[in-house]
Amino acid sequence: MKEDKLILGGHEFESRFILGSGKYSLELIKAACENAGAEIITLALRRANSGGAANILDYIPKGVTLLPNTSGARNADEAVRIARLSREAGCGDFVKIEVIRDSKYLLPDNAETIKATEILAAEGFVVLPYMYPDLNAARDLENAGAAAIMPLAAPIGTNKGLCTREFIRIIIEECSLPVIVDAGIGKPSQACEVMEMGAAAVMANTAIASARDIPAMAEAFGAAVKAGRTAYLAGLGAVRDVASASSPLTGFLG
Amino acid sequence: MEKTNHMEYLPGMENIGSEIQNKIMEMTASFNSGDFTEEDVCRALEKDVCSPRDFMALLSPAGENFLEEMAVKAQKERTAHFGNSVYMFTPLYISNYCENGCVYCGFNCKNKIRRARLNEAEIRAEMENIAATGLTEILLLTGESRKYSDVEYIGNACKIASEYFKLVGLEIYPVNSEEYKYLHECGADFVTVFQETYNPDKYDVLHPVGSKRVFPYRVNTQERAVMGGMRGVGFGALLGLDDFRRDAFAAGYHAYLIQKKYPHAEIALSCPRLRPTKSDGNINPGDVDERRLLQIICAYRIFLPYSGITVSTRERAEFRDNAMKIAATKISAGVDVGIGGHSTSEDKGDGQFEISDPRNFDEIYRALSSKGLQPVMHDYIYV
Repeated sequence: MKEDKLILGGHEFESRFILGSGKYSLELIKAACENAGAEIITLALRRANSGGAANILDYIPKGVTLLPNTSGARNADEAVRIARLSREAGCGDFVKIEVIRDSKYLLPDNAETIKATEILAAEGFVVLPYMYPDLNAARDLENAGAAAIMPLAAPIGTNKGLCTREFIRIIIEECSLPVIVDAGIGKPSQACEVMEMGAAAVMANTAIASARDIPAMAEAFGAAVKAGRTAYLAGLGAVRDVASASSPLTGFLG
Repeated sequence: MEKTNHMEYLPGMENIGSEIQNKIMEMTASFNSGDFTEEDVCRALEKDVCSPRDFMALLSPAGENFLEEMAVKAQKERTAHFGNSVYMFTPLYISNYCENGCVYCGFNCKNKIRRARLNEAEIRAEMENIAATGLTEILLLTGESRKYSDVEYIGNACKIASEYFKLVGLEIYPVNSEEYKYLHECGADFVTVFQETYNPDKYDVLHPVGSKRVFPYRVNTQERAVMGGMRGVGFGALLGLDDFRRDAFAAGYHAYLIQKKYPHAEIALSCPRLRPTKSDGNINPGDVDERRLLQIICAYRIFLPYSGITVSTRERAEFRDNAMKIAATKISAGVDVGIGGHSTSEDKGDGQFEISDPRNFDEIYRALSSKGLQPVMHDYIYV
């Protein structure tokens, strides 16, 4: 099979699994990252300290690309300011835009996300916007300079799986950017399924954080994403409504 | 002296004309906890999303028989929304002067306690010592006295606090939305006000004098704070003052209504029980025992899975640590409810109530970590 890399804003990655770093003990981040084979890890900038106790930055393994997110931002302006702070804090040029003004379901605000994407992409950030899977918004994000699109599979933290399956399928079909499915994926099998559909990568946090054995679940996700990607590249066989006998009755016709 | 009408606003108090108070009163009045059956509780526990009626069932006496099941469900919700994170902070009392006569409170204006108000240098000294522990979130508290701790004084304390801490919360007397706007500009971001009791008749008896006597002005505090630009607001009833089930319901329903009306607002709940005060050692939580308190905490988590829940130092260490593991998310550490005790060997002003968990920051950090929880110093960034 020819070389298959995830390319985001000109940066190449072998792994197509992006690991979240919230909701579990800082001491487990390194093991989870290694077991999953993850090369990108997200980080809520609002949790990062400039020092002191429980500083998440101290626990991120070396060589892993940081993907700071703008969680806490309620509009484009706040997201832009958080992204700039992140760059100033030495967290690199990658940024996952999260603009949320709903404290209950934490659904992203697509309109504000598009605005922030446009500004930050123009400033040279590698912008990965978290969005509600709407094709028009995805196209706008592409035009705004996003490096990938990150549609949600289900409300964040719910582990409910591919609730938005059909809409994600449409975005994968229509957009030329990598589609990274984020939020709601609850099981490795769901991560595998979305990769089989042609997603470029999967991001998961709660599914791993809420597992009994966090490093082991991270490993399962890494393997599932790899399997799904391989299956996608191999080309899935057609699904038929009726059985297809290996020795068909009409075989004698030649 | 003739008592004023506790349902009427005093001059200078902003009336925002909100419908929320009536909704809380109507719904709470319909809550007859004895009407709910074990079947109602089971039905509530089976649901993905609980209605206010389900919340009532969880708080009812019938719910007491399902405490373990409630704890299991609450822990699932907690994990989904917060993972194993626990947010740490400490309260700083900057003044204990008070003009209210709340019969259950240590700061009651008629109590002969040592009154004090920290000056700017003293506030700095207290904050320096607190920040040195590693904490990055602080909650500033005052007694309710516009004379001794006016809004400018509190605003100045917020500005100083912003130099030392990443998050500044307020637990002060209710003010108007413009004043919340000013305090927000000074660096405060979160406002907590306890309604004490949501029963207006009982409220009348318990608050004979002072501006706190005005029931509707207090009920609408959180809404004014959100209107003033605060990121989030905290709610609580002082459990044990009146029918604790109704008060617990009203506080949760109040939070629910504010979140529905202002979807961007973050909400948090506290579950304080009455504690003995310096002026009245006989005050006790009455019928709100620990099992019932945990029932309330779990019901809050199940009804409002995304809300923060704080368990105060009114509770003993073991209860707090286990409540964090099951349903709560926020814990104070190194608490001194007096005035000035963080920078001097002795408080210069007396405390509001007695605490049951005197552990310092390191002790609580270690205890939480040993339970598999991840202490988090702050979860917000000012931009």
